[in-house]
Amino acid sequence: MKIYESVEQALSCVESGQTIMVGGFGLVGGPLTLIDALVELDVNDLTIISNNLGEKGKGLGKLLEQKKVKKAIGSYFTGNRDVGEAFQRGELEIDLLPQGTLAESIRAGGAGIGGYYTKTSVGTDLAKGKETKVINGEEYVFEEALKADVAIIRAHKADRLGNLVYYKTARNFNPIMATAAKTVVVEVDEIVEAGELSSDEIITPHLFIDRMIVAQKILTKEGVVEHG
Amino acid sequence: MANPIQELIAKRAAKEVADGQIINLGIGIPTLVAKYVENDNVHFHTENGMLGVVGVDEEDIDPNVVNAGKMPVGEAIGSSFFNSAESFGMIRGGHVDVAILGVLQVDEQARIANWAVPGKNIIGVGGAMDLLIGAQKVIVTMTHTSKDGKSKILKNCTYPITSTRSVDTIITEMAVFNYVDGQLHLVELMPEVTLQQVEASTEASFVNALK
Repeated sequence: MKIYESVEQALSCVESGQTIMVGGFGLVGGPLTLIDALVELDVNDLTIISNNLGEKGKGLGKLLEQKKVKKAIGSYFTGNRDVGEAFQRGELEIDLLPQGTLAESIRAGGAGIGGYYTKTSVGTDLAKGKETKVINGEEYVFEEALKADVAIIRAHKADRLGNLVYYKTARNFNPIMATAAKTVVVEVDEIVEAGELSSDEIITPHLFIDRMIVAQKILTKEGVVEHG
Repeated sequence: MANPIQELIAKRAAKEVADGQIINLGIGIPTLVAKYVENDNVHFHTENGMLGVVGVDEEDIDPNVVNAGKMPVGEAIGSSFFNSAESFGMIRGGHVDVAILGVLQVDEQARIANWAVPGKNIIGVGGAMDLLIGAQKVIVTMTHTSKDGKSKILKNCTYPITSTRSVDTIITEMAVFNYVDGQLHLVELMPEVTLQQVEASTEASFVNALK
């Protein structure tokens, strides 16, 4: 695990054609500093795994505007009209998953599971073309695990080893994405010395984390502001 | 903002909530239900990762404490936070007692459509399919007809269904239906609504089970 001063250097692992997981549920728990830096990178053909794809022209929405996203895997794209329009024009592939399936596929990806059967979406349009299986008299649909080349996530506090704790509902997808990518880059509000986080309170142990920066953007009641 | 019809539906839905239950509220009318629940021993779950959701005053808003509709919420005594996979494990695993959901349409088998409209760029499903599969009981709150007066309780949904699972109870501003033995049963008329009005506004066939 390495702490970076430069956000750009922390993202030097990102290359064209990669699959990138992005934590957060809307702005809440989103790696706002890393997303803004990702938007500035000269890369394209990215596959983005994230619950949604930002808002129109904001956050990950900027990445879409710049036509750097080849495919979006997520559960709720309705909040950004650009997503539907890019999809209609054939410029963007979409893999829409129920939110629980998205989460479980990421969890499975990080835990060395190739796929799993779930009852969610059985008999609906989202199960079309997917293998099904009857287990104990009930029908299930097969879902493959999800993995990424890079995950960018947000945590509240980290110690210098990379152990993480989260803040309230800003936790959401972050701890599971921390497990499911080859390189995990985290932004945190604060870095403390090892030992200052109680072993009992650590949610993500440091073995999952590769790179860390201190957040330069933070979500407040007034919106996203510069931090520090 | 909420209108009197939505408040009426939410208030009626709150009566379905029983002591000790774990409840998940969807976006829209369901969100309004919480304020009409008087029992303190009811715990609200939100799928973005929190158990123990309560209302919050403007001055106490924390932008990092939100519900699945991304609206600010408060923390009950004894509330907890968890990640998305664990949260949906609670839902699919049958640990949520009641889901109260908004819908676009319901069919005669009490199957709902609430995630997509053909031809429109509504490409979001969120947690709807998971809640249909996992919640022990599903209640839907909806206006009985669309803005142009057409029934939303149909023989067959024209929008894609959210699940093959039938919901248990449908609450509108006109009536309450339960789905029992493979048929919709009209069990209650809302104040000042007649059976004839409900019949005229409901495309699906139903059993009159009024007492």
